Amino acid sequence: MLYTIVKQNSYQDSVNLMLLTNKISTMEGINKTQIMMGTPANKDIIKAAGLYTDELDGAASNDMCIVIDTDSEEKIQEVLDEVDNYLSNQAISSGKEAFETVRSWDKATKALPGANLAIISTPGQYAAEEAEKALDRDMHVLIFSDNVTVEDERRIKEKAHEKGLLVMGPDCGTAVVSGVPLAFANVVKTGKIGVIGASGTGIQEVTTEIDRLGAGVSHAIGTGGRDLSEKIGAITMLDGIKALAQHSQTEVITLISKPPAKEVRDEVVQLLQSISKPVVAIFLGEEPHNHEGNIYYANTLEETAAIAVDLVKGNPIKSSYNKLQSQIPAVNLKPEQKTIKGLYSGGTLGYEAATLISRGLNYDNTGAHEEGYLLSANGFEVVDLGDDIYTQGKPHPMIDPDTRIQYFQKAAQDESTAIILFDLVLGYGSHEDMAGALIPGIEKIQKETQAKGKEIYFVATVCGTDQDPQSIDEQKAKLEKAGVILRDSNNQATLTALAMLDIQIEEVQKELVPATETSTVEFTVSEAIQKLLTEKPNVVNVGLKKFTEAITANGGRVVQFDWRPVAGGNPRMRQILSVLH
Amino acid sequence: MYGQFKTIDEANRAVIDKIVSSAPFLVDVVPAKSVIKELNGKVLLHAGPPMKWENMTSPMQGSCIGATLFEGWASNADEASKMLENGEIEFIPCHHVNAVGPMGGITSGNMPVLVVENRDGGNSAYCTMNEGIGAVLRFGAYSEEVINRLVWFKDVLGPTLSKALKVKGDGLNINVMIAKAITMGDEFHQRNIASSLIFLKDLVPHILQTDVTDKDKQDVIQFLADTDQFFLNVAMATTKVVMDTAREIQHGTVVTAMSRNGYEFGIRIAGMGDQWFTAPVNTPQGLFFTGYDQDMACPDMGDSAITETFGIGGFAMIAAPGVTRFVGAGGMDDAVNTSNDMMEICIDHNPNFSIPTWDFKGSCLGIDARKVVETGMEPIINTGIAHREAGVGQIGAGTVRAPIAAFEKAIDAYAVKLGLIDPQ
Repeated sequence: MLYTIVKQNSYQDSVNLMLLTNKISTMEGINKTQIMMGTPANKDIIKAAGLYTDELDGAASNDMCIVIDTDSEEKIQEVLDEVDNYLSNQAISSGKEAFETVRSWDKATKALPGANLAIISTPGQYAAEEAEKALDRDMHVLIFSDNVTVEDERRIKEKAHEKGLLVMGPDCGTAVVSGVPLAFANVVKTGKIGVIGASGTGIQEVTTEIDRLGAGVSHAIGTGGRDLSEKIGAITMLDGIKALAQHSQTEVITLISKPPAKEVRDEVVQLLQSISKPVVAIFLGEEPHNHEGNIYYANTLEETAAIAVDLVKGNPIKSSYNKLQSQIPAVNLKPEQKTIKGLYSGGTLGYEAATLISRGLNYDNTGAHEEGYLLSANGFEVVDLGDDIYTQGKPHPMIDPDTRIQYFQKAAQDESTAIILFDLVLGYGSHEDMAGALIPGIEKIQKETQAKGKEIYFVATVCGTDQDPQSIDEQKAKLEKAGVILRDSNNQATLTALAMLDIQIEEVQKELVPATETSTVEFTVSEAIQKLLTEKPNVVNVGLKKFTEAITANGGRVVQFDWRPVAGGNPRMRQILSVLH
Repeated sequence: MYGQFKTIDEANRAVIDKIVSSAPFLVDVVPAKSVIKELNGKVLLHAGPPMKWENMTSPMQGSCIGATLFEGWASNADEASKMLENGEIEFIPCHHVNAVGPMGGITSGNMPVLVVENRDGGNSAYCTMNEGIGAVLRFGAYSEEVINRLVWFKDVLGPTLSKALKVKGDGLNINVMIAKAITMGDEFHQRNIASSLIFLKDLVPHILQTDVTDKDKQDVIQFLADTDQFFLNVAMATTKVVMDTAREIQHGTVVTAMSRNGYEFGIRIAGMGDQWFTAPVNTPQGLFFTGYDQDMACPDMGDSAITETFGIGGFAMIAAPGVTRFVGAGGMDDAVNTSNDMMEICIDHNPNFSIPTWDFKGSCLGIDARKVVETGMEPIINTGIAHREAGVGQIGAGTVRAPIAAFEKAIDAYAVKLGLIDPQ
């Protein structure tokens, strides 16, 4: 049955009334409704909808006409209440963002004049092209994307070098520039230690450890994992070292890399020797026995941070910082429980654990590994679950707990497993509560193994600072409550796990010896790079929107570039656009 | 390669300079056939790129029947349909004869048209007058009421406005009206209330001085007062005359026309002159009157997208917060995002039309077809939505996108013409 309510002299815009009509139509028990101002034209529309009643005859243009087709009269009051409610709450709440969003480079540079750094996180095949566009606009570039060819990397880095610009990456997961964390990065205190590294979690471990030891970081520059290969020749590393050498607030330089090619290493070391600042270097997997001249070599990431902090504080440098520093937890293991399973989300952290465990086992881990393993020896295994083969179609284990829980379970099934060793990486980009997400899986395993009358121990390190968006104290408390044995660094966690199985690593005592050769390398640092290291960056974020959060929260300015492939990836259109200029 | 211009950017700049320097004036209202010689036969104009009767949407066919009846070529709808089916009546796109038409765009010789003259270029453009809402010809209605209104347009409204404009003497400066109304919440496609009011305010003193009867004066003023969208057709003739002047520069990639006929969406770019580049039209999405829904919506029609080509309409969404909710459920943020998005495909801001709600930035100026293809951002068009059956009329309003394929074809053809790439 049709009911008509005419609200006299209550004008509402027709758009409002159409939205209101849509809303009322969805109410239960309403067959049809039409709410319009009573103009002659609107009355015709109501007629056409078969909702006209004689009461509408008297309605004038400024009267709101509500016609309701319903089987129950009680609904009328409900509708009128809803109409009043709607009309008095028309304000649209809007989530105002602290940055502009654009769809092209031209708009990006207009929206943020003075933009001097681009973060590129497009699919790899487009990353080189976008990086070049950034370089053409005189911006430094951080390429988060992977799958950039080595030829493209070389070309981009050469072009950047020519222009006095810096290219971090490709596959650069983390960086901190003038106190602004970029991509997956921790919030660390600002200080006097400049970090440059070819590894993401290596940088994260060293910078958070520096923070924990009470010092701070001036900048952390990521070079990308291939920078020190022969094909690239450390273009970014060399320019980055020069920049940190000239940056007056940086007093100590810290370098993190896997062992580079011989010629590249020589060039890097020669440069390091010729600068006046002390340098701490770690070539992961190597076992240095001396410090040489101004270069202090470290065996672990923990030691790297510790030496840097002592240098910056003016403390004497100890011959080793790698000693196990805490009590060895008492264990109750079955005779067959002899092995450690390292299940890592951070590649370099896993690599360090694999190195330490092989030393403990006197196992030569330098040969080729079974695919997906960083170590697999006598039941001891270390896996980087962030490796491509584990992330096909799945999110990275720093974001998603599922793969890790699955591998925890698999490890627990193995009779020989005594200890599950893992990392938890905090910071921007990572899961907001990974401890909370992993604990149900851990507790399930504990319950199941206890039911079998045995214990499996979980040993972990949390890589983060108390300024990270996740609360590190809360994350640690949750893990400890679940019985996880926590250590402050990856080195300490790995040494603890080994010690629980009664395995010790002999500490290398290093002495300071004079440098074998000293030659000077003359260099200058471009104005653009100097500016990058002295001011908060103005960032064009090309791709993953979540990277904007860390920038705005730490005083950087950012414009979000919602990137799509040029011309939708259509090759002919791309070619046409390139000639129509 | 680009005539007197060194680069495409330079040619594009020349085109948009012409847009900015234009001086459109509404000078007269006259029978269409007096200014469009092609209409002195059994000819109808239609919206969009060229098309055939069989491809016309039902509303456009309905409009053709209405116009045939209005012209007295047939005495009833059946007879009119047969004539049209048999090809007894020739079709020409409005755009080919300096005209534009809303929705079906059907225009016949005895319909009065607004005459807008560009005093910067010396050319003129024409558009029929807005009929109001409800049963109207442009949405395919051809009832007696519709035909009677068209007759009244011919006998009373047209001649009265013509006389009033003659009293005024030097025409109405349309840029001034647009500049005022864009600060009053109009974007000139979905919303024309402010500009229609300004039009009425400026013209009434002159209407009162004409020699028409008091009843006709009363009726004309009442009609203008009742017709919130009256200015839309003025805006269409205006933007047409401006874009046609700009089109004289036959270089570059600025879009000079966008138009739809319910079957195809067509665009022109400066560098390709009169050639249309077409793709199948989309169907508008939006809000519907009760009893109607998306499934009943007619595919996109009308020359009114000439307003977007000029940089107003959907491009000026930020100027018209009152209609932003047609875009979705959004508020000011969605409006500003829409206009900001459209700036991504435009070259500059038009200093003539400063928008207060956009930090006084000027309206969008010069759609660059290259940028549309590069970014994949299709121009947004604010539009009324017709029922897919003739005669039902308007069933809602919303937005529709210009299909990117038309822009791809245009720059492809231009690159081929310049010899920069082989034809596909």
